[in-house]
Amino acid sequence: MSGTAPRDRRRGLLGVALTLPGAVWLAVFFLVPLYVVVSISTGTVDPVFRSVVPAWNPRDWSGDQFGYVLSRLTGPDGFFGPVMVRTVVYVLLAVAGCLAVAYPVAWFVARHSGRRRGLVLALIVAPFWISYMMRMLAWVNLLADDGLVNRLLGGAGLVADPVTFLSGRPTTVVLGLVYGYVPYMILPMYAALDRISPALLEAARDLGAGRFETFRRVVLPMSVPGVLAGLVLVALPMTGDYFTNDLLSASPSTAMLGNLINTSVANPSQAGQAGALVLVLVLAMAVPMLLYVRSSVRSDLAS
Amino acid sequence: MTALPQAPPVATPPVARGRSWRGPWRPPYVLAAVTVGYLVWSLAPVLLAVLFSFNSGRSRSAWQGFSMRWYYADPTLSVLHDESLRRALTHTLTLGLLTTLVAVPLGVAFALGLDRWHGRLPASANFTMLLSFVIPEIVLAVGLFYMITLLATPFVLGTTAQVVGLVTFQLSYPVVIVRARLATIGPQYEEAARDLGASAFGAMRRVLLPMLMPAIFTSAVLVFADVLDDFVIVRYLSSDAFTETTSIKIYNTARGAPTPALNAVATLMLVASFVVVLLGWLAVKRFGRGQEEPGSLGAFAGQV
Repeated sequence: MSGTAPRDRRRGLLGVALTLPGAVWLAVFFLVPLYVVVSISTGTVDPVFRSVVPAWNPRDWSGDQFGYVLSRLTGPDGFFGPVMVRTVVYVLLAVAGCLAVAYPVAWFVARHSGRRRGLVLALIVAPFWISYMMRMLAWVNLLADDGLVNRLLGGAGLVADPVTFLSGRPTTVVLGLVYGYVPYMILPMYAALDRISPALLEAARDLGAGRFETFRRVVLPMSVPGVLAGLVLVALPMTGDYFTNDLLSASPSTAMLGNLINTSVANPSQAGQAGALVLVLVLAMAVPMLLYVRSSVRSDLAS
Repeated sequence: MTALPQAPPVATPPVARGRSWRGPWRPPYVLAAVTVGYLVWSLAPVLLAVLFSFNSGRSRSAWQGFSMRWYYADPTLSVLHDESLRRALTHTLTLGLLTTLVAVPLGVAFALGLDRWHGRLPASANFTMLLSFVIPEIVLAVGLFYMITLLATPFVLGTTAQVVGLVTFQLSYPVVIVRARLATIGPQYEEAARDLGASAFGAMRRVLLPMLMPAIFTSAVLVFADVLDDFVIVRYLSSDAFTETTSIKIYNTARGAPTPALNAVATLMLVASFVVVLLGWLAVKRFGRGQEEPGSLGAFAGQV
């Protein structure tokens, strides 16, 4: 036993004592709920009360609920299939929209905002402090049948009747998702682009690259980590989102996976289906989630 | 010419050159236009919603004059006199306060612990924590909802359940921010304190914790503001009208025929959020004196 051993051990004990409360909390209130969802989705439905009977023991797991969900993906009862396809299409479109808005804005702030950088950054961060629901409420106000947009369109004589922006229009939902989530993409991208040294760009230009060449061969490759982080941070919440859809469309014709989960949870006899759908969401998002966690752990170890 | 760093816009002389050569460092007008356009698109709708909370009529789109009717003047419909709106406002702030008081100490301890305890167990705890950060909120909310309704938990749906859910979802903020700060502080201060005779706990309390104050305040502000914004967890884990938050109120009534009182409630939340950010920023400045720049704007934005 060297002289520092007890000191290290005491430091280690303190570490255990400090870690345990948080670890126990996460086990009880994060891992247990996930297991409950698994048990429900692999459980059965009580034939009399139509209530869910969770399968707590893995040996009792049944594939009934998953079979039910899978059987409704295609074929004559396939009312889940279109919702899944729609979710993928809407999320892809909205993520592409976020990328198209976030990249130029992040690049401008990182490279060209000059003396006004503080102000522009504050304005870009502002949506984080405005409640998501308020931002959606603002658009409901604007796009309602008697909203400002319809007043302006009608006043200018462009439309005879108010445009029903808020009833089942895919464009409204996708633009709403872009509006809601784009701030979460701008910041990681800004952080990545801000790290690119201006000297590298000057070097590229000195060596004869044009504006576009410099961007394509220097900026773009170097911004990939920030872009990926932004994509994950936006795509994950979007895929589980149901409230944007409810507020801006409120129509089954634009329902997404999140809406399906939400309506299933509201109906006690559909608990098993809700559990299975939640697991579908987790499985669909497993790859981006694990990639993000892994890169976080890596950067942890590097520091 | 080409090597000028960040040359001012006037640097391009009006020399007759080909149209294709417009100066290598000319200001990017298109990018500037996109950014200004984005900022207007992102903020103008909210500013209009705030403006119409001061409307003297019922409309949320036609201006009928300035009034404080929807805040306190209207005897039944204003935020002050409509009990459900007032309750939503106070309940949201209560949840924010309770969640911050639980999540921040728990998260700070967790971060300090992970810094000291190495092995498979703390590594998987860290993994779980990061997973709770990226998992779609609806997964956690639905899981907790079924756990509380199906298992014999010592609490039912309502305020306690909401706080439990919010703490679980927010725990990662203090952990990630404090761990980042610990990485920049390094082990040397703590070791110096130990060499000078401090106990393990004493070194942490009297040397490390004061240095962590800016990070702790930053994460407290983030957690509080994020709770004010929360919708999915608080809605699934609410029990009745008494545990409704402003976000639930907006969700339930926005598509009906709400009065500008709804905008007024949203505006008050906005003010509360900005006040907290301002106080947090002042606290970070106050406690961060003498240290290198701790919490930047990015940290405040939840960028981790």
